Amino acid sequence: MARVVVLGAGVAGHTTATFLQKWVGNEHEIVVVTPNSQWNWIPSNIWVGVGAMKPEEVTFELEPVYTDLGATFKQAKAVSINPEGGSESDKPFVTIEFTGQGKDGESEDITYDYLVNATGPKLNFGATPGLGEGSNLGEHTVSVCTFGHAEHANEELQKLIEEMRSLPDGEKKNIVIGTGHGMCTCQGAAFEYIFNVEHALNVAGVRDKAELIWISNEYQLGDFGMGGMHLDRGGYLTGSKIFTESIFAERGLKWITQAHTEKVTADTIYYETLDGEHHEVKYDFSMLIPPFAGVGLKAYDKAGEDMTAKVFAPNGFMKVDADYTPRPYAEWRAADWPRTYQNPDYKNMFAAGIAFAPPHFISKPMKSANGTPINPTPPRTGMPSGIIGKTVAESIKDMLNGAAEPTHTASMAEMGAACVASTGMGLLDGTAAAMTVFPVVPDFEKYPETGRDQKLTFGEVGLAGHWIKHILHHMFMYKAKCKPGWTLIPE
Amino acid sequence: MSETESKIINTVAYEQDYFPPKPTSTTKFFRTCKIWQFFRFVSINLKMLKVVAASHH
Ligand SMILES: Cc1cc2nc3c(=O)[nH]c(=O)nc-3n(C[C@H](O)[C@H](O)[C@H](O)COP(=O)(O)OP(=O)(O)OC[C@H]3O[C@@H](n4cnc5c(N)ncnc54)[C@H](O)[C@@H]3O)c2cc1C
Repeated sequence: MARVVVLGAGVAGHTTATFLQKWVGNEHEIVVVTPNSQWNWIPSNIWVGVGAMKPEEVTFELEPVYTDLGATFKQAKAVSINPEGGSESDKPFVTIEFTGQGKDGESEDITYDYLVNATGPKLNFGATPGLGEGSNLGEHTVSVCTFGHAEHANEELQKLIEEMRSLPDGEKKNIVIGTGHGMCTCQGAAFEYIFNVEHALNVAGVRDKAELIWISNEYQLGDFGMGGMHLDRGGYLTGSKIFTESIFAERGLKWITQAHTEKVTADTIYYETLDGEHHEVKYDFSMLIPPFAGVGLKAYDKAGEDMTAKVFAPNGFMKVDADYTPRPYAEWRAADWPRTYQNPDYKNMFAAGIAFAPPHFISKPMKSANGTPINPTPPRTGMPSGIIGKTVAESIKDMLNGAAEPTHTASMAEMGAACVASTGMGLLDGTAAAMTVFPVVPDFEKYPETGRDQKLTFGEVGLAGHWIKHILHHMFMYKAKCKPGWTLIPE
Repeated sequence: MSETESKIINTVAYEQDYFPPKPTSTTKFFRTCKIWQFFRFVSINLKMLKVVAASHH
């Protein structure tokens, strides 16, 4: 009997663990290590952040699901990996520290035959002075990255709405939403949040008392960390800049792009732009996405020497089968992107979802006149994270059955992503921007004009997108709970 | 029209949100027209399923 240890039960890890348990759980042991007792459908945190959903509608307890399936659940965080074993045995192991199950703070070494690192991002608030300390959100701005953050964001938003109700005519509150650093990803989440906040203000009847300002490290609106995309609009292949600006302009939102948030104080966001100028914008309420980093796992060799730099990239994400050779933007190719997510040095180790180290950005790297990098880092959204998680599970299943190499591939240059950004909740009057892009990483060898398959890349605004967003919420919660037929729901 | 008013109008014309395309009333109507959106719902779902199918190898 072999043991597969999955670190992290988010979109990627939960997909890997549940499929492995279903396919090989009778013959092998599947162990899931994750620090939170609850699973969270993160995309719906946006609705928690405006009070349209309660945290309990976007979460559920993980342990009963794993117990029912027959997998072992450990509420703990992984601290380090010893892929070569230790002084007493060659058997690789991972060291974990419990965060629940009545064993808080206790450590345990778990040996493994296969390890999947799906630990997602460290929310690196500490990278921007005033945004927070380490992975802890600071006191000035809010976040929607966890359901707890989103609940707090809504409390602050409701306080602001109350203040706005008694504002004298002509006075406005400044609401600033976007990215909290020049190297952020996840612009889509902030994009969705600003429109949901706008909708909440409309519903509360105080929209005219707010100035809504978008701040982002994107070169232009609609980049989304993917170098933008082209959509067929009125017979033209139109850049996503036009599509996105149109949505902002229609709703009277202002936007600041090419911005690195340098510092945040109680009422001011200081930022540098690509031209090297320094600016500031005042705010009364602000949600800024932090930059992401790896969660800080360490790696040790057999002698106990630190070899973190061998296993992880400098940003803390795990190295996989990508081509990490540094090359100028013009020479980036689709083939640089990983396909199997296997670690090149330790073949029984994989990284899935946000936890794998991308070979480079997708958007063109930019530096300000002062040398400050200002560009989005690559997004690894829900659909790619789920597909990668399942692909890794398929390969491990086959390797457990004797395959010498990973048998399945899922390059982000060969897969698409769907994003539905809702703007409000009404089932009859809500609208959403529904977008798909294929592939996520543009392949200019295959699609020379735009890098994308234009038949599979589209975007439109309407009520239908809103219905789809609702259905996706219920479908993915159902699937994650492993209810009857869950495997039929695609990632 | 006073001099001040004409200045304000000219400034508005060069504001950030002046240049992007804005939906016409017909576009807005179809965005929330239930019958039309039902067909869009079917169409978008089919497109998304195609993307999903093309992404699984
Ligand atoms: C507000 C918001 C809205 C979003 N909306 C969308 C959307 O509409 N569509 C979309 O496609 N994507 C969306 N995304 C992105 C999507 O949530 C991510 O792509 C996805 O969650 C990534 O999956 P993952 O498994 O890599 O990471 P996560 O889902 O973050 O999971 C990581 C897991 O690892 C655990 N972990 C952390 N540290 C350790 C450790 N040391 N040891 C063990 N476990 C650990 C965490 O607790 C967590 O369970 C959104 C993201 C945010 C923040």
